[in-house]
Amino acid sequence: MNSFDPDLPLDRSLESVAAGLRGFAPTVRPPSLPATDVSYCVEDTVIGRMLLAADNTGALVASTFVPDDAAESRLLERLSRAVSPRVLRLPGQLDGARRELDAFLAGRSHGFTVRTDLALASPFQRVVLPRLAASVHYGERATYGELARAVERPSASRAVGAALGANPLCVVLPCHRVVASSGALTGYAGGLAAKEYLLELEARGSAGDVGR
Amino acid sequence: MGVTLPAFQTLVDTHWRDVARLAHALAGPVDGDDVAQQAWTQALAAYPGLQSARNLRGWLLTITHRCAMDAHRSRGRRPVPSDAVGDLGPVGEVAGPEVALPDTDLWKRVADLPERQREAVVLKYVADLDHAAIASALQTSPAMSRRLVSDGLAALRKDLL
Repeated sequence: MNSFDPDLPLDRSLESVAAGLRGFAPTVRPPSLPATDVSYCVEDTVIGRMLLAADNTGALVASTFVPDDAAESRLLERLSRAVSPRVLRLPGQLDGARRELDAFLAGRSHGFTVRTDLALASPFQRVVLPRLAASVHYGERATYGELARAVERPSASRAVGAALGANPLCVVLPCHRVVASSGALTGYAGGLAAKEYLLELEARGSAGDVGR
Repeated sequence: MGVTLPAFQTLVDTHWRDVARLAHALAGPVDGDDVAQQAWTQALAAYPGLQSARNLRGWLLTITHRCAMDAHRSRGRRPVPSDAVGDLGPVGEVAGPEVALPDTDLWKRVADLPERQREAVVLKYVADLDHAAIASALQTSPAMSRRLVSDGLAALRKDLL
């Protein structure tokens, strides 16, 4: 049946050699690279899948919701453009930030000590977000209009809403504490359920006075 | 501003297997992991200076080839013919067991090819590079790359039959 054919077409026999080379399958392992300009990790939290990223000084540059791979890719590209293309997934570099986030989301702490950097923020966000963090404390709420007045742009409540909606440091810079003047929760990058969770967590915590 | 490069991790996730395969095919199982690791370290260092995000795979594999050749030279175990087609290198040099490629007939024959034929054949069929990329890695012309590949492949077939 399968007897050897000496007149096998040339390319057929060459092809079998090429196929042998193509099939090369050594046992390999991925490279292990040291921390560089940006390190990140992706973590499933009680309020959703989040990406944390730190720069080469250890400052947190991102704490954002990445519900799917596409959102994750978009954020990695933003990091590449705004900070450095040397971006590596190194969860160990985010241990401190992760611990603080876990403690916060579990109600065991009321704030963050990790340093932050607004490298991913727009100029307007660099005005709005620090003001938010300084003036709206744990368990409190503010409206978009109040925050607009606080940054001396009283007619800019829509712009404030947009700035908060694209907050690169969710939870850490507490945009979830800002609601519509009607009291409605309105939107949140992590979804309304996440915003509700955070506000209820803080309401419970500030009433029951849980220490840090 | 310059080009927008993908996050380096995307390159690692997409190409680490290809880089490792090429490193192992050129440097063998003993040095393969080190060569791949070195290639990634060099690529990471050079990455922000890249002027184009096109053909990142080819860029990585070219670096891998260079690292394999450096490792090779520093070990000095094999003759490096100055011209593979003419093969002016020492004749009858037999690859010892320390040239550790997978222990199959095919890979033993590959190890015995003249150096540049061996590189060309591996770059073509293991790394799946085109002749332009092979030529640039071997610092020769695409026509010479074609010739190295076809001569190498023909030698392998002849040996195998």
